[in-house]
Amino acid sequence: MKSNGSPSAMLEGDGLAAVRGRAQLFANVGFRVDACQTLFVTGPNGSGKTTLLRMLAGLSTPTVGIIRWMGNTVAPFDARLREDVAFAGHLPALKDELSAIENLVVLAALGGEKVTTEQALLALDRVALSRQRTLPARVLSQGQRRRIGLARLALVNKPLWILDEPTTALDSDGVALLTTLLCQHLDANGCAVVATHQPLSVPRFANLALA
Amino acid sequence: MAASIESAPAASVQGAVLPAVAWALARDLKISLRSKAELGIQLLFYVIVVTLFPLATTPERSLLAAIGPGVLWVAALLASLLSLSRLFAADHADGTLEQMALSPWPLPALVSGKIAAHWLTTGLPIVLLAPLLSAQYALERDAMWILTAALLIGTPILSLLGGIGAALTLGLRGGGTLLALLVLPLYVPILIFGAGSVDAVRAGFSAGPHLSLLGAGLLVALVGAPFAAAAAVRVALD
Amino acid sequence: MAAHWFLYASPASFYPIAGRMAPWFAAAAAALALVGLWIGLVVAPTDAQQGDAYRIIFIHVPAAWMSMFIYLVMAFWSALALGYNTRLSAMMAQALAPTGALMTFIALWTGAFWGRPTWGTYWAWDARMTSELILLFLYLGVIALRNGIDDPRRADKACSVLTLVGAVNVPIIYFSVKWWNTLHQGSTISMTAAPKMAAIMVTALGLMTLATWGYAIAVALIRVRAIIVERERGASWLSHLPEVRRLVV
Repeated sequence: MKSNGSPSAMLEGDGLAAVRGRAQLFANVGFRVDACQTLFVTGPNGSGKTTLLRMLAGLSTPTVGIIRWMGNTVAPFDARLREDVAFAGHLPALKDELSAIENLVVLAALGGEKVTTEQALLALDRVALSRQRTLPARVLSQGQRRRIGLARLALVNKPLWILDEPTTALDSDGVALLTTLLCQHLDANGCAVVATHQPLSVPRFANLALA
Repeated sequence: MAASIESAPAASVQGAVLPAVAWALARDLKISLRSKAELGIQLLFYVIVVTLFPLATTPERSLLAAIGPGVLWVAALLASLLSLSRLFAADHADGTLEQMALSPWPLPALVSGKIAAHWLTTGLPIVLLAPLLSAQYALERDAMWILTAALLIGTPILSLLGGIGAALTLGLRGGGTLLALLVLPLYVPILIFGAGSVDAVRAGFSAGPHLSLLGAGLLVALVGAPFAAAAAVRVALD
Repeated sequence: MAAHWFLYASPASFYPIAGRMAPWFAAAAAALALVGLWIGLVVAPTDAQQGDAYRIIFIHVPAAWMSMFIYLVMAFWSALALGYNTRLSAMMAQALAPTGALMTFIALWTGAFWGRPTWGTYWAWDARMTSELILLFLYLGVIALRNGIDDPRRADKACSVLTLVGAVNVPIIYFSVKWWNTLHQGSTISMTAAPKMAAIMVTALGLMTLATWGYAIAVALIRVRAIIVERERGASWLSHLPEVRRLVV
């Protein structure tokens, strides 16, 4: 049930398969994600959603199959893909020793985006964390940590978002915030692959169900 | 449509080696300085190990002067190992390592920065303590300076080679012990040239060849180790 | 030609080839060892200086040569595995490691037994013996790393990286140990001064060396077959093999 996609696919997967240990997680998975579009990956626990997302981000090698980004076949850790991808996995990539704002600045810089403190503050404000900006990440709640992740996504300006269960630990305000950010990203011709149990209301999307 | 995005990141950072090194170095130093207790413990371990040897052998000055350089070097290897297992472990556990591997910056440069931070926080203090600990081992002034110089050149190699081992053993059971098994044999040449330089001086020869060879080793390690460690990090994430 | 070689780089096509080759190498190794040992232990004359103790070199020297050579071969396969991502290369490297470690151990063990009657000590910090010991540590490190990683694909790559780093280090280690040894000439035991060898001794040594080669190749082939079966369990080509079908039934 693909939506009316534009002819130029940004991200494509073709005949992807994954094996974990001796078990075949999935096989022959194909899809395309166009600009302004979100691909929702659904499936029961252990169906390989995280594995698929890690492949698409370029973290792991598909057992079989091809991934194309902007028409180019990409291998894991491909430089072209690294330039364009923002990956948010299960792990928040936050340092307990650093404050919320320091974490954000450091992560944005790692994404290749030189951010001033003011910009970072603005981003924190958007995710309603400006009051906690100087607190070390150690004392933040899971939801607040997630929100720093959202602020990073908003800051780094990457065309491809890959989000693994982004709604985990977020309250309803947080989910609304995530939806807003995602919609803005799509409006700016971005695309996203999101593994989630909770449907997010975005204008144009496709579903990929893993068995 | 998509073209507007493609042109967006004008300032590509793909080839930017030095800023990547600086990013990782600054970040790791900042984090280390906020958990100073750990650094202290590591240094204390070094001092205690060095102190144990005279108690286990003899307080006789000539013998101490003979084994002193070796003892300080072996203790430096062990102290370096102790902290190496944590070089990538924290970043691996909290997901930062994934983000590093996926960032547009060159991963070997990021890894180099982390290794440099490791040396500054663990290797350099060992070098700075060497003159003090040499006194415990009745080393002459010449021998003391050569030992310090050798440690200054040699301890970065420990961090560089150790970085490869630390990346290879990321997240494995018994990672710390395995790391020691993998890395210690590779340390042999550093130990030989490092401790040998002091022996040469004490025997009335020049320590020049030893130090030059250590320096050559440092260059090779500087060029090669970050790539091997980066490859190992990618393997660990796959 | 390239396509031809890549055909053999697939475990499925290499498995039967390895199975056909292994017995020949094993038989050759056994025959060569029998003749070599007979010449070495019976035909060759007793050495004037060392007595019969020298005969241990017929085991010691081939094992020592093989121990170093196998590490090189492992490094070659590891480089291929990393460069071309070929599974079989990594399996070959994995199959060679235990044999390399065994050869290193034999070289050290027989070296000690040779040293005792010849120089009056089991162990001397001779450059060769010391580097051989460190080589043993390197082999054990690779094997331990392999055992520590559950995912065979990750183990392949990690062990390849480690083997290559080790291969760069082996000459440096050897050189440094030699340097260290010459500086500490206190214990002047030189292993390099091998006894002058009669032609018959050289023959025995050559035969034993070939036997060691045959043994190492045969064992590596058999082991690589075991690794293939273990890794490809569930693959359809495997379940069609008569020996596997017999097991399943």
